[in-house]
Amino acid sequence: MIGNLDLITLQNIWWLIASVVGSLFLFLTFVQGGQTLLFTTAKDDLEKSLILNSIGRKWELTFTTLVLFGGALFAAFPLFYATSFGGAYWVWMLILFTFVVQAVSFEYRSKPDNLLGAKTYEVFLLLNGSLGLLLIGAAVGTFFTGSRFVLNTYNSVAWQTPVHGLEAALNPFNVSLGLFLVFLARTLGALYLLNNIDYAPLAGRCRRAAWFNFLCSLPFLLGVLGGLLFMDGFAADPATGKIAMESGKYLHNLLAMPVVVLLLLAGLVGVIYGVVSARFLNKECGIWAAGLGTVLVGLAIFSLAGYNGTAFYPSLSDLQSSLTIRNASSSHYTLTAMTYVALAVPFVIAYIWYVWRQMDSRKLSPGELDGEYAKEMY
Amino acid sequence: MDFLSTVPWARAQFALTAMYHWIFVPLTLGLSFLVAFFESIYVKTGNEEWKKITRFWMTLFGINFAIGVATGIIMEFEFGTNWSNYSWMVGDIFGAPLAVEGIFAFFIEATFFAVMFFGWTRVSKGFHLFSTWMVAVGSNLSALWILIANGWMQFPTGMAFNPDKARFEMQNIWDIFLSPVALSKFVHATSSSFIVSALFVVGISALFLLQGRHLKAAKRSMAVAAVFGLVASLFVIINGDESAYSVAQRQPMKLAAMEGLFDGATRAPLTAIGIINPLKNVGDAGPDFLASVKVPGLLSLLATRQIDGFVPGINDLAYGNPEHKVVGAKQRIANGTLAVKDLARYKETKAKGDTQGATQALASFKTHQNDLGYGYLETPEAAVPPVAATFYSFHLMVILGTLFPLLFLVVLVRLYKGDIEKCTLLNKAAFVALFFGYIASQAGWVLAEVGRQPWAIQDLLPVGVAVTPIASGNVQLTFFIFLVLFSVLLAAEIGIMTRQIKIGPEA
Repeated sequence: MIGNLDLITLQNIWWLIASVVGSLFLFLTFVQGGQTLLFTTAKDDLEKSLILNSIGRKWELTFTTLVLFGGALFAAFPLFYATSFGGAYWVWMLILFTFVVQAVSFEYRSKPDNLLGAKTYEVFLLLNGSLGLLLIGAAVGTFFTGSRFVLNTYNSVAWQTPVHGLEAALNPFNVSLGLFLVFLARTLGALYLLNNIDYAPLAGRCRRAAWFNFLCSLPFLLGVLGGLLFMDGFAADPATGKIAMESGKYLHNLLAMPVVVLLLLAGLVGVIYGVVSARFLNKECGIWAAGLGTVLVGLAIFSLAGYNGTAFYPSLSDLQSSLTIRNASSSHYTLTAMTYVALAVPFVIAYIWYVWRQMDSRKLSPGELDGEYAKEMY
Repeated sequence: MDFLSTVPWARAQFALTAMYHWIFVPLTLGLSFLVAFFESIYVKTGNEEWKKITRFWMTLFGINFAIGVATGIIMEFEFGTNWSNYSWMVGDIFGAPLAVEGIFAFFIEATFFAVMFFGWTRVSKGFHLFSTWMVAVGSNLSALWILIANGWMQFPTGMAFNPDKARFEMQNIWDIFLSPVALSKFVHATSSSFIVSALFVVGISALFLLQGRHLKAAKRSMAVAAVFGLVASLFVIINGDESAYSVAQRQPMKLAAMEGLFDGATRAPLTAIGIINPLKNVGDAGPDFLASVKVPGLLSLLATRQIDGFVPGINDLAYGNPEHKVVGAKQRIANGTLAVKDLARYKETKAKGDTQGATQALASFKTHQNDLGYGYLETPEAAVPPVAATFYSFHLMVILGTLFPLLFLVVLVRLYKGDIEKCTLLNKAAFVALFFGYIASQAGWVLAEVGRQPWAIQDLLPVGVAVTPIASGNVQLTFFIFLVLFSVLLAAEIGIMTRQIKIGPEA
């Protein structure tokens, strides 16, 4: 069956797969959110250890999902990979920098003779959870606001600004999206910790942190949604592939794809319910509603960027250099082969889910941190 | 803007990242299996001593693993940041193994790593052991996929050039996944990494014996690691011969540089050891070596499976050798230049709607397209890799690699005789060999990557075309940022490791 799919269908499927992976990454940024809560929600070393040992068991999943997001884009949309990473050089390099320092910080922070001291590793985690996410948001924002690049006839990119991508962080829409991601991650982080740690003093603060950070995220969410409803967009003619500016393009996309409206609304309701249930209904499992909601919102955002004849990586310098899921994709053969490979994804999700349940069937408690296995703890 | 000045910095930054990454990866690949062996013995025997041994080596594994992940993420994205033209021109092929690596390997590692370290009281003993094995399997599967990708760069297969898109496109995924070069690289890289890990465990255990600490745990660790290292050595020796033959068939210039062979010969000798003549350039007369020890005919035998076989030298491959039907880079550059022009003409005429002109240009292009990559080289000399670096890295790797199985063998004999703690010299040698393992492993990658220059994709895409068109100052700056960052993190890693080794397995 997969072998009979045409190129357009495969391109649509791969944009969906990349969107799902990207949206799962957004959910898993509860790890990054938790990292920043070290500085605002933890009141002593015990609480810091609890937070780090809670999210520290998941950081690799977040990290790996980001890597897979990159790998999926490389395999399915190599022209995006080449154009964005090669062109918006500095924004990606800074993002990577924050993930490099994150990767060692959990393991090294509490180990003796770690050279830099625990505080430095905590700052590394803060950088990753704040600057890293802000820049990722700014980079995703350029899916809607565009970037300054030109592709020649051999598809070699020439970036038109000397700061190579950092200009994205000066656009209000991009910054709004970035800050929304930062506060959303903090909200999710607080909800995750509430559900994963058995320590009453921290639980109360996590409930308040989830609510407070959610409120902080609202102005930026409204900025993003308002921008999407009213901004001009980059429309691709389905017949010729020519790109043209279209007033209210993303609003038109919403109206043309009711399922995306449903995804967006259901996602927002999920996030709101997750937060409200934690703050006012004394529930501890709000992370699941908010997490699912985040995935749905992410899917809606990526759908608006890529489907319905839209350039998902628009060029402000040369409209016709803009990337669409049609002109940036791999060949029919490669997309077909990779679609067979993608059949393994549900299996992967299933074993992750199983192991997650095995590991989290009992909440993390202070007693576990100084027991027989204290040496292995972060 | 001319971006040629970016090429050496892009290469330097990629090499820096790769070499730092490869400090940690070999230990991850092998130590994960050793920890799985230790834990299996613990689960089988119920002996708590084996559990202590497992947890001790697992701690060192975790410290090493974290920084390996940190340096690894950069590499995946550096294909885009440093080599954007490469990413477009071969992304249709190269992206697939990277995505498969994420799906089939990274998630296994990420998921079961948490169980391995934090699951002792949360899952059953059996499931914990299973998780430890899965980390080992996942780590080595990730090596498989990235080496498939690297193998394809060394021996591009299963693809065709699409002139409309100006890129290479996949035609047969199985040709790529089952490429003999890729599989050979996988066996060689993983088994040599097992040796590095075995040397690490044997070396640290030898240190304990020298210090008179943790004797029982040290000897037990040593026994398992030495057997593991010896078995891995057999794979490296068998595979090494196959690798050399494969290089001779598919990358003859690399083989010539490995052997410092400037002029081809029948009954070509194998240079066992030598000092390259530093004044000799391609096309020069004069001796290849200032001093050398050679084994007559052995290179011909290894490279062609015949003692009288002709092995082309650097000069033959650069300038051609009609007598032995060797087409040199000089001729291929002429062909490639035509291919580049035809491709440009094809795109130009097609854009103008000149169908006849486009058809003619395309037909002409197809006659020369196999040499397309050479069209971007200016001189035949540009097709020659740095000879000294290739020669010395190869010989360093082989000489050290020959000593390691002997060390494992002697260690096992002394363990069997029960007097290894008295063998001070042997233990000192075992400790020093730990560092030689890393040197040999790094030398192997220097050989693999320097030896294939100037190609990003062998014969198809030179690094000068593959590079991102970005001003070199950007890449210089990130080079130094990562140099400082990785060096600081390495120092931190060594500090933490040293402290944990001082604490030892009995704590």
